[in-house]
Amino acid sequence: MTGEPVLEAIDVVKELGSGAGKVMALKGVTVALRPGELTLLMGPSGSGKTTLLSILGCILTPTSGSVRVDGQLTTGLPAEKLAMFRRDHIGFIFQSYNLFPTLSALENVRIALDVRGEKGFKAAARAEEVLRDVGLGHRLKYHPGNMSGGEQQRVAVARAIATSPSVVLADEPTAALDTENGHAVMALLARIAKEQNRSVLVVTHDPRTLPYADRVVRIEDGRIVGEERRPDGLDAPEITDLTKRRKAHV
Amino acid sequence: MVLTLAFRNLFHDRIRLAVTLVGILFSIVLVAVQLGLYLGSSRMITSNIDHSDGDLWVTTFGAKSFEDGGLLLRNGERHQALATPGVASVVPMVVAFAEWRKPSGGSTRVVVIGTDPEDGGLAPWSLIKGTWEDVRAPNGIAVDRTYLKELDIEGVGSTAQIATGRIRVKALTDGVRSFTQSPYVYMPINRARQLLGAPTDATTFYLVKVAPGADVEQVRKDLKSRLETAEVLTKAEFRDRSLTQWLFRTGAGVALIGGAFLGVLVGTVIVAQTLYSSTKDHLNEFATLRALGSSSGYIHKVILGQAGLSAVIGYVLGMIIALAAVLASHDTPLPLVMTPWLAAVLFAVTLFMCAISALSAIMKVIKIDPAMVFNR
Repeated sequence: MTGEPVLEAIDVVKELGSGAGKVMALKGVTVALRPGELTLLMGPSGSGKTTLLSILGCILTPTSGSVRVDGQLTTGLPAEKLAMFRRDHIGFIFQSYNLFPTLSALENVRIALDVRGEKGFKAAARAEEVLRDVGLGHRLKYHPGNMSGGEQQRVAVARAIATSPSVVLADEPTAALDTENGHAVMALLARIAKEQNRSVLVVTHDPRTLPYADRVVRIEDGRIVGEERRPDGLDAPEITDLTKRRKAHV
Repeated sequence: MVLTLAFRNLFHDRIRLAVTLVGILFSIVLVAVQLGLYLGSSRMITSNIDHSDGDLWVTTFGAKSFEDGGLLLRNGERHQALATPGVASVVPMVVAFAEWRKPSGGSTRVVVIGTDPEDGGLAPWSLIKGTWEDVRAPNGIAVDRTYLKELDIEGVGSTAQIATGRIRVKALTDGVRSFTQSPYVYMPINRARQLLGAPTDATTFYLVKVAPGADVEQVRKDLKSRLETAEVLTKAEFRDRSLTQWLFRTGAGVALIGGAFLGVLVGTVIVAQTLYSSTKDHLNEFATLRALGSSSGYIHKVILGQAGLSAVIGYVLGMIIALAAVLASHDTPLPLVMTPWLAAVLFAVTLFMCAISALSAIMKVIKIDPAMVFNR
């Protein structure tokens, strides 16, 4: 364990639908995310992964139970307050990247800063900095349509970390990528967790992501059914490789 | 970034943008034409009143407009008015319809305006040929150059006949048009009475000039109490009465204003429809913005930005066409008028129309669920 939880869900229950169609998507889930850790949330389809991700990300509110982000209780807050929480504490990465097709890579990152009220030259410089950090310094002016899937997902990662959130939540970030790009994105997320001391939660089916995990949480039928932790001191080889490559490049 | 995103969303689908702009353009041009006609008509109806120098107008009871006074006032009213405290001058004016006999046969109706500017009466304005001194010469008159063809004359020096008397064109005005389409013919008052076969003191209006320092309202009250057979109106009241008569009693103004309203309505529907479909197409992007933590106000600003940009582009294009129409209509019987005030009103109408149009799109994003970003 690497410190106090930055995001904590306690006994979270979520009911979806109504009447005869009502479904209990989460049945008392308790989970905590700590800084510097990359956690995988794995489970079969319909197990409640995305619902839990939405609740942890303050997009959905639980039917019962509580969620704390950076020590602040978010349960019961109105939609506008939850939006404020998201922009100040949480970065999102989506399976389909969800980039704005009409904006360049730089503008896609700037918009995450813009919604926080960070504008002008400073915001542009910050957006450029994070894009260079994810290896896209040569693609600043490119639009998503002119970039590969791996590059688009790296833009999405840059957008998620540009606002320096304490938590990064990723929904199937490798599902639309080939093996090489999938590894590159996971290595990037692992580096973000380690070097920037953020808490990263990745919802995934993809077994290729396992080597990058500090911890794997398994969910089935709306309940946490298991948790595995990688022994301390063991680095994922891809992280080491990436670091070496960056050093060689410099 | 709000404007950048609004601009890119707008220009992303060029065909839809074209439809939006056509909607706004159609609306602007229609409203500009209708209100331009309204203004042009108003100007024609009140131009003689606006160019007169009197503070008060003495008319016969129930005179509905400048052309509707009759020849019922006499010297008696004039003397009573002159005896009223605070009255500096009382200048008679004759206005009556008459028959203009064309030199090559046939006739048309004209409005004879008998006036003595040297005494403070109405002087024809925008003279492009000749002077009032020329008009004072025997049989002299002034008409507008745009009516030459209709009057079957060629210009200064041409002769014709009004009622039973011969006249000669001595001066030409430019742009002094009549809403009734009966051309104004200016001449000295005594010649007007003579041509109309009226008594030598027959008068349609008395233009009353109030002495410096006198209270116009008090003078008016005093005049009213003395002139039992006449009405005393301020310049503004007489303008309003003439406008009401020609624009609203005849229904012309209602039709023009109704047309303008229809233009705004059609424009609003077209813009609302295109903005709504654009918002629907970009719904996932708005949901992403919401997931990233944007306030709902931020998203509304993007939609309003799209509406505002559409308004500005549509307005500029619409005004180019509207100004071309104004130029093209200059010599027609009903010229369009465009003033800075009307241009500003049109811009405000365009912004209002686009803001109202954005409401349906905003209603759509109010219901947006940021969780939809995980469902793609």
